[in-house]
Amino acid sequence: MPQTVIIPTPLRKFTNETELVEVDGATVGEIFGQLDIQFPGLRARLCEENGELRRFINVYVDGEDIRFLDRLQTKVAERAEISIVPAIAGGC
Amino acid sequence: MSYVKGLKCRECGAPYPVAPVAICEECFGPLEVDYDYEAIQQTLTRAEIAGRPKTMWRYQELLPLEAAPTVGLQTGCTPLVRADRLARALGVRELYLKNDAVQHPTLSFKDRVVAVALSKAREFNFEAVGCASTGNLANSVAANAAAAGFPAFILIPDNLEKSKVTATQIYGANVIPVRGNYDDVNRLCSEIAGRHRIAFVNVNLRPFYGEGSKTFGYEIAEQLGWEKPDAVVVPMAGGSLITKIHKAFNELAKLGLIEEKETRFYGAQATGCNPIAAAVKAGTRDIRPVRPDTIAKSLAIGNPADGYFATGVIAGSGGWSEDVTDAEIVDAMKLLAQTEGIFTETAGGTTVAVTRKLIEQGRLTADDRIVVAITGNGLKTQEALQLEDLEAIDPKLAKFEERIGLGRAAAALA
Repeated sequence: MPQTVIIPTPLRKFTNETELVEVDGATVGEIFGQLDIQFPGLRARLCEENGELRRFINVYVDGEDIRFLDRLQTKVAERAEISIVPAIAGGC
Repeated sequence: MSYVKGLKCRECGAPYPVAPVAICEECFGPLEVDYDYEAIQQTLTRAEIAGRPKTMWRYQELLPLEAAPTVGLQTGCTPLVRADRLARALGVRELYLKNDAVQHPTLSFKDRVVAVALSKAREFNFEAVGCASTGNLANSVAANAAAAGFPAFILIPDNLEKSKVTATQIYGANVIPVRGNYDDVNRLCSEIAGRHRIAFVNVNLRPFYGEGSKTFGYEIAEQLGWEKPDAVVVPMAGGSLITKIHKAFNELAKLGLIEEKETRFYGAQATGCNPIAAAVKAGTRDIRPVRPDTIAKSLAIGNPADGYFATGVIAGSGGWSEDVTDAEIVDAMKLLAQTEGIFTETAGGTTVAVTRKLIEQGRLTADDRIVVAITGNGLKTQEALQLEDLEAIDPKLAKFEERIGLGRAAAALA
């Protein structure tokens, strides 16, 4: 079953302004790979050249920050919701 | 007249036009306001500033509005208190408190950032405003939105102090508690701002909002007679304020309003939420997010947006960062109240407790002119304090004398 990815405003030019994208993958890394096939260039915005998540990006799987989990190796359940949120938004 | 050239990515330098956007599309770095300092230098002199009203708008050229402000006109210019009794208690000579516990209108430094953000929201023709807040920002957005006639959507963690929630509801704002911590609330606000046209002051208006914090730094320098202190101690939640005070001092030096001089920046956190302090102590700039667990709820941001920049300012200035336990925070709130008559909230207790620790460590010394940032008011976080229950006396003189341990004869002599 596919998972839903919430695309943040600054990345929607890659997704033809689509906010919710359905993809299939067992881990966050796989889902990013699938996203990049659907929307070429998207992964390069999310990850550094060495494959690590970019400093100013947070990714949540069902509300859990993947930096608290297994980062890009974090397992993703069926029908999970993946949010990509620029880290710098918010904060006092 | 505006001195804003545009927005610029703080990470990769990419330029952007002035708009309600906060994030670089290339690298997701934060956008910041780019000013024409040469033009500002032509108009902004010490004498010019001295002749203006005592509000934060006396530094208007260094704030990102296109025209005169329309919200928060009375905000700013809080006292810089020379705190000799606290200094003696801590073992230093020259200590000042920049006291935003008495900021107008909602008793925290957030009134500065909200004044700029809501004035900017009006310039951008937004019809509704909002924020993700740990409490103080909620109070300020709700109050200033009411005064400006904006509907406000205020999203808060559902474990906030009751007094902070009351002090937001009273203004008629739409207050929406969210199950989770600040970081969860923040994430939701980003998603809402992506879909609805609401000016979230610390999300889509963040580049403008943050600039209001600089006035905290300008005022410190002006109140010290246009000099920088040797050291400042600043509470850190998202880590923005410490970077904005640093920016303020740099701008004043660039404009020739103060001497170039090194100020050491010290960041204060609670041990129950210390991602920035932990990074500084580990000698890294990379922040490892934590799950907050502290009474200092206004500092309880486990994933600090400006942590990377805060560690840069601290390390680059020769400063340091420390964290303190909840018990130390409460002790410091009492110490400040009992030596200087200033009742600060838990964030101020954190800052004073960290100041004490830094003095004990020899990082702050009797040779330093030290400024401690007091950013909020203790009346808002009374739940954090458990003071003794008081027993009433009968309305009789003898009972009073008995209570305070004086006999009648001794009382007459005293």
